[in-house]
Amino acid sequence: MAFVRKEFHHIFRDRVTTAILLVLPVILLLLFGYAISTEVRSSKVGVFDASNDEATRYLIEQLQAGGHFMLVERLDNPALIEQRFREGRLAMVVVFGPHFGATLGAGKAPQIELIADGTDPNNAKTLVNYASSILTTSAQQLQGKVEQVAVLEPVVRLLYNPTMKGAYNFVPGVMGMILTLICAMMTSISIAREKEQGTMELLLVSPMNPLLLIVAKTVPYFVLSLVNLATILLLSVFLLGVPIVGSLSTLILFSLIFLFVNLALGLLISSVAGSQMVALLVSGMVLMIPIIMLSGIMFPVENMPAFFRWLSNIVPAKWYIGGIRKVMIMGLDLKSLWLETTVLTGMAVLLITASLKAFKDRLT
Amino acid sequence: MLSFLLEKEFKQLLRNKFMPRLIVIMPFAVVALFPMVANFDVKDVDLTVVDNDHSPYARRLIEKVRSSGFFKLQTTAPTYDLALQTVEDLEADVVLVIPKGFERDLTMGRQTGLMVAANSVNGMRGGLSSSYLMGVVADFAAEIAEERLGAGIKQPVEIVPRYQFNPRLSYTYTMVPAILMMVLAMLTGFLPALNIVSEREKGTIEQMNVTPVSRFSLILSKLIPYWVIGFVVLTICFFAAWLFYGMVSTGGYLAIYCFAALFGLAFSGFGLVVSNYASSVQQGMFIMFFFVIVFIFTSGLYTPVSSMPPWLQTASHLSPLRYMVEALRAIFLKGSSLADLGSHLGALAAFAMVFNGWAILSYRKSRG
Repeated sequence: MAFVRKEFHHIFRDRVTTAILLVLPVILLLLFGYAISTEVRSSKVGVFDASNDEATRYLIEQLQAGGHFMLVERLDNPALIEQRFREGRLAMVVVFGPHFGATLGAGKAPQIELIADGTDPNNAKTLVNYASSILTTSAQQLQGKVEQVAVLEPVVRLLYNPTMKGAYNFVPGVMGMILTLICAMMTSISIAREKEQGTMELLLVSPMNPLLLIVAKTVPYFVLSLVNLATILLLSVFLLGVPIVGSLSTLILFSLIFLFVNLALGLLISSVAGSQMVALLVSGMVLMIPIIMLSGIMFPVENMPAFFRWLSNIVPAKWYIGGIRKVMIMGLDLKSLWLETTVLTGMAVLLITASLKAFKDRLT
Repeated sequence: MLSFLLEKEFKQLLRNKFMPRLIVIMPFAVVALFPMVANFDVKDVDLTVVDNDHSPYARRLIEKVRSSGFFKLQTTAPTYDLALQTVEDLEADVVLVIPKGFERDLTMGRQTGLMVAANSVNGMRGGLSSSYLMGVVADFAAEIAEERLGAGIKQPVEIVPRYQFNPRLSYTYTMVPAILMMVLAMLTGFLPALNIVSEREKGTIEQMNVTPVSRFSLILSKLIPYWVIGFVVLTICFFAAWLFYGMVSTGGYLAIYCFAALFGLAFSGFGLVVSNYASSVQQGMFIMFFFVIVFIFTSGLYTPVSSMPPWLQTASHLSPLRYMVEALRAIFLKGSSLADLGSHLGALAAFAMVFNGWAILSYRKSRG
């Protein structure tokens, strides 16, 4: 198919964009894998100790033993706490009141204040949780009471992702984003560009069936997406350590459907766009922004107000990302994906018919 | 000379039907909608309960979990496997299994075999929801112990948490300043670059190039309008933040404007550098998009820099957005002053000089 070859040439001639198209997924993956982490690493902590007795010293030592906290400063004035937060030097301050050891020994629970910088809510909560459990356990050790209410401690199973790695959640999101970007956005821009430059007219004069012409335009981006998909999967498995628990063939089949949805979307956009700029803006605003915000890549859909949750059902990426999470991370089979597959197939059919129709009208 | 150029730029801008509307509407839309979406809170966790004991204690525990406010009791299932099915269908996030003989074991002081399983694909959500549930169970245990043994097993210390600056730990509070910065970055970064590259494609830049206007004035004339727009947009954002969330900057607005001025300069400079090297609009957009994405995610906008691996934390020093996000949050939420943030100011100033200098030097009037 000479036309397909022509399209490939068009793309590769623009080296910079091609490079970016191949490298972008890698970078995004690395970013999402490493940067978007909600793990709480070693945090800078301060202490204000009004007692400075054996008990407080022991507790402070235990706090640092876990590796979660780095004792950076011993404050001699509680008024400095707010200042330290403002300067960004401390994440939390542990405050012991006077006569701590004596109160503890007498069995009257002394107070420990944990003052955390609340500007990062989840971080603050996690820090407080860690500190509370370390301090409570250590205090019990001091009192000689190590027996706990062990009978009621439940066995906790963290399903699918026991080490709570952030990458498990984000990799499917990156896949959705990249495939949309390449297929939908790039296809729409390339077709719009031909229209803008007037070369579309030249192509239409040829004896080639116009619809096949359009299809030829989508083929290179289809191939590029497959390459990207392979790259992402390889990197996820070998670099980020995200397993593919489910069947690889299910994953690929499912992804193919999503690719078709996006290609159709790209065609549709380009058929209504008059120029590259418009195609770009539309695919940027109408596609990327809702995808990033609503599809569950980063922000849990569960937290959103009802209107947005409803709206997210229209975003194809939402179904794709959900399905990929099911296959890749949860290891479910194709049967469990019936809802996502049906929705995506439906969308694909709808969009393909719509875009073919739109093109037929425009071309004749 | 510069004044004429500026006049031309402003006129072109205002004549464009799209731009002025974008400038006014986008801040409102983003500030209003984004915090509603950008919420990492863990609450309303869907729970499936498997109760194989059906004893009063079991019912009490279930009721306690339900009334804790964190969980929504979605459904009950007869076995663990069926309960797991609800997790696979994404109907539930957490499963609580109360085994047969729960009450008997509890009263006899034996291990009860209570089990909690949480969907941890989202690690933070899984971790926090399972620890909430454990907290409720621990409270239940203390209650039972107190009833039965009289002297309860008391906590040795009383932990009092306090959250400075954000007592209710609201995510909106954290997100709004960050969003302001994002809007500012998008506009000051993309628009000048887009402007120059599209002029180049249209060919009107050639006309400018043949005039005796200096590179410096040309670049400046492109920069200043968007700089001004940045201020306008920022002000609209402040208004929107107050209007929708009642949020006012604790540290006043003057410090923010100072930072915005520097940041706008730095980031537009960056956009211009990109435009000098991009040969088409599409290419320019992609390069910008690429860098903006990298900057945004390493800036601590969504997730804290302290959570990143050490090598990435060091690399994030190269992102102008990082300084801006930290500074903006610090001023808005904590009331930090310019003095507190001296190093951030310095970093942004350095970026501004480097990028703008590079933009001016790399602008070539005679291009092939």
